[in-house]
Amino acid sequence: MSKFKKKGKKGAPAITTASLPDIVFMLLFFFMVVTKMRDSEVMVKIQVPNASELQKLEKKSLVTHIYIGSPVEKYISKMGTAPRIQLNDQFADASQIPLFIANEKTKVTPAKLRDKMTCAMRVDKGVKMGIVTDVKTELRKIDFRKVSYLATDLGEQ
Amino acid sequence: MKTKKRVTPVVSAGSLADVAFLLLIFFLVATTIQTDTGLNVLLPAWTENMESEDHEDRNVLSIIINSDNELLIEGERGKLSDLQTRTEQLILKEAESPKHAIVSLQNDNGTSYETYLAVYNEIKRGYNHIWENESLRRFGQHYDDLDKKSQVAIRKNYPLVISEVEPSTIAINQ
Repeated sequence: MSKFKKKGKKGAPAITTASLPDIVFMLLFFFMVVTKMRDSEVMVKIQVPNASELQKLEKKSLVTHIYIGSPVEKYISKMGTAPRIQLNDQFADASQIPLFIANEKTKVTPAKLRDKMTCAMRVDKGVKMGIVTDVKTELRKIDFRKVSYLATDLGEQ
Repeated sequence: MKTKKRVTPVVSAGSLADVAFLLLIFFLVATTIQTDTGLNVLLPAWTENMESEDHEDRNVLSIIINSDNELLIEGERGKLSDLQTRTEQLILKEAESPKHAIVSLQNDNGTSYETYLAVYNEIKRGYNHIWENESLRRFGQHYDDLDKKSQVAIRKNYPLVISEVEPSTIAINQ
């Protein structure tokens, strides 16, 4: 009589999956870090329009942001519902733009790069052109003419 | 009898992977990596008095957007979808003077930004199309694959000049 060895038990898995959570946590931390790279909280509601002729912003260090939109809920009581301009982390008027740009220029250290600075305007799609034109006029007056209107890709039409 | 003591892990690590996946999917879905693509424009220089310069009319494509987001191209009502072809017609119209082609854009203070950007997008699309064709004709490569100098050379022949007139304030919609 032959002896049968019972091998009924499903033994330990051939591949140890103990490192799987480690990999997943690495991915998780990556996403947590990448999506929090805004330096200032955006206090206005912005949904950018679509466009097809888009180019990437070249050097993040040479980009200053201007946000235009209607304030988010928690600022409505203070600021109303009309579209406002946000510079860095404060609400501002168009008249404060020259000072703001001058400040941003001093943060760019090699002085010859200052001519390559661009202004990224993130404007909500429903804003009327009056306030946008004010901002553009102020930028033109201080000869800060490289501007990028941020938009999301339309895809193939 | 020998009894083998099986060392079993006290805490099973299987559910840890599930928890981690859940958190990961949450972050993937709930947060967005901000858009960093945009329409690059060079604003026109500021002059104290904004007189409209009258070049020969045939080289100027005048586009007016009113506060109802309707387009007036060269004095007639137009559609956004026509704008790209109209732009290209303007530039290619006179074989010897595409360098003087100007697009004049006027909007109203009540126009919505979305319309303005869509118009700008169409103008740019027309120019990009022309630059692409020119690049293929002269260099046999796509415009995006060219080096800076060649791109500048092409743009010199077909400059993108958009003159923006002061907006009208016929209707101010808040």
